[in-house]
Amino acid sequence: MRANNVLGIIHSQAFDSTIQELTTMRTFASVPFGCRYRFVDFPLSNMVNAGVTEVGIITKENYQSLMDHIGSGKPWDLARKREGLYILPPYNTSSASAAGYKNRVEAIYANMDFLRHSRHEYVVITDSNAVYNFDFNDLFEFHTEQEADITVAYKHGKLPKLENMQILTLDDNKRVTDVSINADEPGEVDYSFNIYVMRKSLLEYLVKTSVAHSSTSFAKDIIQANVDSLKIVGFEIPGFAAMIDSLKTYYNVSMELLEPENRKALLNAKNPIATKIADNVPTLYGENSKAGNSLIADGCTIEGTVENSLLFRGVVVEKGAVVRNSILMQGTVIHANAKVDSIITDKNVTITANRNLSGDPSYPIYFTKNIVV
Amino acid sequence: MARKNECIAMLLAGGQGSRLGILTHKIAKPAVPFGGKYRIIDFPLSNCVNSGIYTVGVLTQYQPLELNDYVGNGEPWDLDRTDGGVHILSPYQQIQGTDWYKGTANAIYQNIHFIDKYDPEYVVVLSGDHIYKMDYADMLAFHKNQEAACTIAMREVEWKEASRFGLMLVNDDSTISEFEEKPENPRSNKASMGIYIFTWSKLREYLIADENDPASSNDFGHNVIPAMHEAGEKMVAYQFDGYWRDVGTIESLWEANMDILSPVSGINLNDPHWKIYARSPSAAPQFISDKAEVGNSMVTEGCSVEGKVDFSVLFPNATVEEGANVKYSIIMPGAVVKKGAVVQYAIVAENAVIEENAKVGAGPDVTDPDDWGVAVIGENITIGKGAVVPPSVMVNENVEEGTKYESK
Repeated sequence: MRANNVLGIIHSQAFDSTIQELTTMRTFASVPFGCRYRFVDFPLSNMVNAGVTEVGIITKENYQSLMDHIGSGKPWDLARKREGLYILPPYNTSSASAAGYKNRVEAIYANMDFLRHSRHEYVVITDSNAVYNFDFNDLFEFHTEQEADITVAYKHGKLPKLENMQILTLDDNKRVTDVSINADEPGEVDYSFNIYVMRKSLLEYLVKTSVAHSSTSFAKDIIQANVDSLKIVGFEIPGFAAMIDSLKTYYNVSMELLEPENRKALLNAKNPIATKIADNVPTLYGENSKAGNSLIADGCTIEGTVENSLLFRGVVVEKGAVVRNSILMQGTVIHANAKVDSIITDKNVTITANRNLSGDPSYPIYFTKNIVV
Repeated sequence: MARKNECIAMLLAGGQGSRLGILTHKIAKPAVPFGGKYRIIDFPLSNCVNSGIYTVGVLTQYQPLELNDYVGNGEPWDLDRTDGGVHILSPYQQIQGTDWYKGTANAIYQNIHFIDKYDPEYVVVLSGDHIYKMDYADMLAFHKNQEAACTIAMREVEWKEASRFGLMLVNDDSTISEFEEKPENPRSNKASMGIYIFTWSKLREYLIADENDPASSNDFGHNVIPAMHEAGEKMVAYQFDGYWRDVGTIESLWEANMDILSPVSGINLNDPHWKIYARSPSAAPQFISDKAEVGNSMVTEGCSVEGKVDFSVLFPNATVEEGANVKYSIIMPGAVVKKGAVVQYAIVAENAVIEENAKVGAGPDVTDPDDWGVAVIGENITIGKGAVVPPSVMVNENVEEGTKYESK
């Protein structure tokens, strides 16, 4: 199977409630990450880099910032006459279950027309709460070689604390022989990364059947229920991959980008993660600036000290200000002589002069959008 | 027929820019990188859009490949329009044969039909080698108010430098009484900035007359402007006092880059109301390591800095390794300065590599001031380990490990 025969489907807001701080105003897909990206950039860029030419992003609520970010799809080369990018907002249909979908299956069911109209034979489905960068063609080839019905991309590690997480039991041939859901497993396991490949016709069939039986959990009714009747295989995700299940993991995974090998795996020039162009100037470092071990986007002005931190676009660190172990989102201003340590500021937060604010790397303090401290 | 445009712009981007030496061997001057993430042409293009001019013809001739690629459909400048937008205008074959653009005026002459398509009242003629932010709408209002045939943007330059410029003697009512082209003993310090607004019906007439004059060199400054003046057309000067710099030489290109680092130079690129747009590569955020020391500098996406960077401009994906020392320099896209290398007062072009412990350029204090100048390392050139490149040279061949470059 070739990537240009695969339709991409991205759920923009599964797990929105897991980082309520960051998602009160936006969907998970448009949560800022890594100085200049949004979470949706990762599944989108992985798909496009592999050659996927048509992607639908399923939304439900709070999707204004997502639409603003995605625009016509141009940064991903998906502003096309033929196929390209589609934002799929919830719309009223005569079907009651379609109107206010509660989960992945109902969401796909509500967008069945979009699926039906696509010429592609296969689908790849992802969420928007994870970062990774690998060749989806390897995933597609694996699916073909295995003659699988469904391929689940998985990762070995500690189970994220999210609802309906699937722990997979795989045999030597990578076939999934058992799926346990919501299991309390403290050790390292193979867990589904919620990236799936299957025939589009199979997805349509499984979703319709689930809805008909009013049992619409993707994990339980599509995957777990079919472990014996379908050939479900697991594909281990190579390279750096991380799923966000809390503000704490958001902070930790962000900080992991300061390690060169992680950055090389996730943000490399060979398979670029594309994002909206913002036309910021390069970042200006002033006379007394001291920056070290930090990732910094364009458009910043740094006249103070920045250490072990991630600065998004347009952040200002004034003279004498000190920023340590922090994540400062777009437009944050740290005024003169203020000191911050282990904080996360959302967009356009202002920390006034001489303040001294610190959390702890194990419990960073979060400041909500637009506030002035 | 396209919809009528009141004013369109024609951007002269065909010149070689030979004074930029190896920087323009393979690309036209307007495509030369500037200011960390821009190219020179971004300034006139962004000025057009910010001034409300959405139809721009870009006249290319010399090494147009990279420039054409860069401008593309104009999307980064919002010039991918259904009506108007940016158009690359290259010389083309005609029934009578093929003509290169013989001069700046001839370039516009050969595209009269392009301009006529938009039926404009006014045409702005710009060049692609200046760094400045200017609202052409203000200049156009002045032109209309004066009911001029031609308005020339003008600035007062230092008297001692005046003889390098095309000068104008200007009356109190802004009309121009006389032109002087680079005179030995200047009578004015009012210099032309190479930015013109013409009433199109007038310019059209003079372009045709100029083309029919076999003695003409078909140049705006030498032929068309003097002809209009002699015929008694109303020529006025529009004074512009903002930052403006011709970056036609290595020194001026280097200086203009240093200007953007200075808060008092008068050019502020970080102005949300007058953004300079550029076609940007998608690169990761810049990484500044804990060994790095970065001050008084501009650094952009994709850069990795582990060494010392002072008074310098780093372009996308430039790398400065641990222990390297870069000061008063311009490191263009993808260039690498390896461990222990020292680069000062230099321009390092795209994808050049300065190997470990190499030394490129020197400060004005350490050599004979007459021999001093900015060192330039050409595109894709490698300066070997420990090699030395003296100031004021252009290096367009690899320099072997441990050797000293001698210019030929």
